[in-house]
Amino acid sequence: MNASAPLTAADFKSDLKPIWCPGCGDYSVLQALAKALAELGRPREDIALVSGIGCSSRLPAYTNVYGFHGVHGRALAVAAGLKLARPDLTVLAAGGDGDGLSIGGNHFLHACRRNVDMTYLLMDNQVYGMTKGQASPTTAPDWCESKLTPRGTGVSPVMPLHLALAAGVNFFARGFAGNPNELARLILAGIIHPGFSVIHVLSPCVTFRPEQREWKKAVHAADAEPASVPAEAFARFAADDGFTTGILFAGDRTPFMPSRGGTTSVATIAQGFAA
Amino acid sequence: MDADHLWQIVPTDEATDGFVAPFSAPIGNAVDSFSLAVIGSGGAGAMRVGEILLEVAAKAGFHGLMTRAMGPQIRGGEAAALLRIATTPVSSLDDHFDLLIALDWANFNRFAAELPLAPDSVVLADPAEGAVPETIVASGARICPVPFKHLAGTVKGGRTNMVGLGVAASLIGLPAALVASVLAAQLGRKGEAVLISSTAALTLGVEAAAGLPRPPRLAAADLDGAARWNISGNQATGLGALQGGVRFVAAYPITPATEVLEWLAPALEKTGGVLVQAEDELAAINMTIGASFAGTPALTATSGPGLALMVEALGLAVASETPLVVVDVMRGGPSTGIPTKSEQSDLNIALYGLHGDAPHLVLAPNTIIDCLRTTQWAVALAETLQVPAIVLSDQALGQSRAIVAPPDAEPTLAPRLTAPAGAADYHRYALTESGISPMAIPGTPGTAYVADGLEHDPRGAPSAQAGDHVAQLDKRARKLATFDYGDLWADIEGEGETAILVWGSATGPAREAAQRARERGLTVRLVSLRLLLPAQPARLAAALRGVGRVLVVEQSQGRQFHKFLRSYYDLPSEVAVLARPGPLPIRPAEILARLGVWE
Repeated sequence: MNASAPLTAADFKSDLKPIWCPGCGDYSVLQALAKALAELGRPREDIALVSGIGCSSRLPAYTNVYGFHGVHGRALAVAAGLKLARPDLTVLAAGGDGDGLSIGGNHFLHACRRNVDMTYLLMDNQVYGMTKGQASPTTAPDWCESKLTPRGTGVSPVMPLHLALAAGVNFFARGFAGNPNELARLILAGIIHPGFSVIHVLSPCVTFRPEQREWKKAVHAADAEPASVPAEAFARFAADDGFTTGILFAGDRTPFMPSRGGTTSVATIAQGFAA
Repeated sequence: MDADHLWQIVPTDEATDGFVAPFSAPIGNAVDSFSLAVIGSGGAGAMRVGEILLEVAAKAGFHGLMTRAMGPQIRGGEAAALLRIATTPVSSLDDHFDLLIALDWANFNRFAAELPLAPDSVVLADPAEGAVPETIVASGARICPVPFKHLAGTVKGGRTNMVGLGVAASLIGLPAALVASVLAAQLGRKGEAVLISSTAALTLGVEAAAGLPRPPRLAAADLDGAARWNISGNQATGLGALQGGVRFVAAYPITPATEVLEWLAPALEKTGGVLVQAEDELAAINMTIGASFAGTPALTATSGPGLALMVEALGLAVASETPLVVVDVMRGGPSTGIPTKSEQSDLNIALYGLHGDAPHLVLAPNTIIDCLRTTQWAVALAETLQVPAIVLSDQALGQSRAIVAPPDAEPTLAPRLTAPAGAADYHRYALTESGISPMAIPGTPGTAYVADGLEHDPRGAPSAQAGDHVAQLDKRARKLATFDYGDLWADIEGEGETAILVWGSATGPAREAAQRARERGLTVRLVSLRLLLPAQPARLAAALRGVGRVLVVEQSQGRQFHKFLRSYYDLPSEVAVLARPGPLPIRPAEILARLGVWE
């Protein structure tokens, strides 16, 4: 590769054909991510993408950066360990609403608290797609199309923005797979913003939630600059309809990164046991 | 007053530092080993007495070890310091205590079973603390009153445990000057006033000892001038991790493993590593995987309940071929079990807990200081073989301290095999002959790949093909099965037709029993397995050549070790099993008695 030629989105995609259904929102997310990484300008070997389990979590294999496809719900933990060991790398995590907010909900909460410098693509289609159509934590309580919960879940959905704000998230943006260019901009902004950045992507599932084709009518851009103080954000987004797009919150918390630079030898440490 | 006593109170102007000088002529033969216990309620300071005595013994050139028994309270719980001081290395508590110092009898029944006494034991108790418990009286030990509380009360700020310390140090024969200097070092932080009152109370204890019956005299230490370490199993585990190259630890606290993590936190900071507190064990093990994938040798430590949570991620480490070490400091199980007591009942989950066919390493230290070498070896093996290693320590090793000679430097294994930059057509999971394929480290150009828990082809692309599954399963099995683990796999000691097969903390008492058996003319071989998985059938067959009968010793009600041996190994036709659960430690006499059945 010519080091001086600008990188393009194609430079960040692998040749593996995705398993996603035609029309899946995740194709756009892949494109937006590749575009954002091209804009970022770092070589692909300095980027790591970690995922869990689900359709969304197949993302790393379709890129050509370093990737880790872990187990269900644990991507944020793997990514945190990765970044803490290698602060020099650009670290991203990706996964769906089930992976991130159900089994992974605890790690999501603590990732927002901890504020390690990494970017999380939360690809939300309000369903478990890979296991063929169960309700997820973001599914409305009266959705009755799942064989597992034929009368609907009857359970209040998680609101990722509010959950994240309550946990102290430092950057929260919402994008829509139907607007990949804007999504690329949001992803890049999240990567550049220091600390834990959540990119909540509304990414329709064409197979199990065909009604989500109406999302393109529901999304609307935020009409203000990002909130920067949690109290202000709580007030502004108290009644958010979940379709507001743009950078919604951008704070200035210091990223979590223990200081390194200790140079004591292990032999010196061992001497401490001498009687 | 016991007419046999030979202590003389030396007039102040002839004594060193105003204390009673050590003893003169002994009665009878000196013993090589002396066991004492100090018990008291929370705040009485029994543990502090034990810690000081152990450090003094170390400085005086003795060997020894100290275990402890604690109540379940967070603060102020009753505690017992259980010590054995000897002229040669010891790796087990003895069958009974020569001396019991009871500062009070708070909740004594909790400890009763862990304080076996014999008729020639000496018990020192404070008459002000009430009646001596029935079990003590029934042991036939000599019970002598010592007014700890009254004596402490005569000194401003005096504490009963310091009086006890003075009595104990005198009766053992530990040099007074050393006691004073260790006292100053350990209490110095508490200020001048505390040191003065402690020293005064100590003196009262020394003087009180003069009128007491003598327990067996401890022979002089071999003052070879050799260095001694005073270290706990959990500390040794942490140091072994550091020496093995670990520079990332993710931590979630759990009894009795927390101390490993708390020791590592400042040590990692000093040596340029990092420790992060995770939100749960699931996060801890996955963070460890992430750090290792990124190129940093990584470790976490937990106990049985935590290991149960980590099992899924260990399978991920196997499938993705990510090196890491998990230390399980075992405690009483199952489930929440007995957090503060030891047991060897996590063998099953360590061996068999991963779903699928998931070859991995299981190792077990067998003494307190062996925690260092075994953990270090586990890190090296995990890195070389790109696989997770479970290290089965336990509460008995982890929370006990030993006086040991500083360990020799360990030979190191080859480090992680990595892929060079720009390796043409890089296949992460290439089917190499050894099964070990170069692991590209993020940041390396030209070798980016996706590590995967999904089954994959040699490139790492997900695959459900039969050929790929068989090839990768075989690769992951082959890399462990064909590796030469060398002589560390087990400790093999002695000759004979009778062998003891043992692992972990049961090794110490087994070693002692074997030694006593040999002294009585029974030749006994001891085989203590340090590497549990992968099994080494050829090596055990060689170790058991000529052995006609085997005694398996383990601290597990379900005979987990025996069943493991039967699964993986051929054993001689005559096999006896001494298996019982925690919380009580296996004693040498029990093992000797079982061996004796065969004589």
